[in-house]
Amino acid sequence: MSEVIRVGMADLNICKAPDIITTLGLGSCIGLTFYDPVTKIGGMVHYMLPDSTQMRNNSNIAKFADTGIEELLRRVVGAGANRGRLVAKIAGGAKMFEVSGMSNVGNIGERNAIAAKEKLKELKIRLIAEDTGLNYGRTVELHCETGEFYIKSVGKPLKII
Amino acid sequence: MGKFTLEEVNDMYVDVLRELGNIGAGNATTAISSMLGIRIDMNVPKVELVEASKLGSAICPEDEIIVGIFLEVQTDIEGSMMFLLKMDSAQYLVNKLMGRDISYQKEFDEMDLSALKEIGNIIAASYLSALSTITNLVITPSIPYISVDMAASILSVPAIQFGQFGDNALLIETEFGDDVMINGYFILMPEQDSYDKILTALGLSI
Repeated sequence: MSEVIRVGMADLNICKAPDIITTLGLGSCIGLTFYDPVTKIGGMVHYMLPDSTQMRNNSNIAKFADTGIEELLRRVVGAGANRGRLVAKIAGGAKMFEVSGMSNVGNIGERNAIAAKEKLKELKIRLIAEDTGLNYGRTVELHCETGEFYIKSVGKPLKII
Repeated sequence: MGKFTLEEVNDMYVDVLRELGNIGAGNATTAISSMLGIRIDMNVPKVELVEASKLGSAICPEDEIIVGIFLEVQTDIEGSMMFLLKMDSAQYLVNKLMGRDISYQKEFDEMDLSALKEIGNIIAASYLSALSTITNLVITPSIPYISVDMAASILSVPAIQFGQFGDNALLIETEFGDDVMINGYFILMPEQDSYDKILTALGLSI
């Protein structure tokens, strides 16, 4: 019997097969997962903002792409995952309202997605799948048994990446 | 003017927002009441300080579908605001507006969404005019944008806005209606400079 581990907003956690790790209703935030297919250890971070260095108030490391991804990496490796085998998947980064122009609200989702790619490149971890952008929310689940990343949206068929 | 601590200012700000919620809900009630031709009562609004990262589950479970109406504001205050309705309330308002039986329930079509946008627009404008009156600042709203999606997804927008300069967000809950009470939630998201401007206009300073 597998357990389901819930990750909230500005939160992160790790997960082992046969368990499932999930976050509900990603909007402009990003859900990023790491997964080691051999040990079947994975983890997820649900961050809100791209860059902690731009903020005065940055004590919550899971709130930002840069610090959140680093911490997640430390945690999954600490749990026994092999760093060299880790692969990443991301989802979210939607533009929930079709706001015109390049206001902060309009492009935060996109900036969040770019931040993930830049950080992964720096850490030399492969991004093997993504489902980002567009204008709807996503509930995501990482199934640690298979490494499959389930994406559920309102009025849309289940997507597995 | 005396010196206040940040805590005191926040308390006063909450009081002001509660008053703003009162006047705004009053304005909105009058507007909706005349639009729908029904008598509407309202209750005193509740103002809650919510941790930004907990905003997604502040009004209902994170994956419950809700309606969010979003507007940007500019001129003297830069920022945005959001008005949220649970599905049953949204359905009720649309049915009333479209002259349908109140038990009618079906996925919103373009026409319904447009009606909801208009309702959101009227409610938002009511709050903004209240804020404008209290602060004596000129506030111009953009056209309304609408999203019908999971609560956490819609609320990620204000959570991120607030998350940029703090950990807390202010949520104003209003309740109005006749035989059926409607719960609406209102979130004002001023940019940091505008937040200071509002406090100054209110005679509060840090």
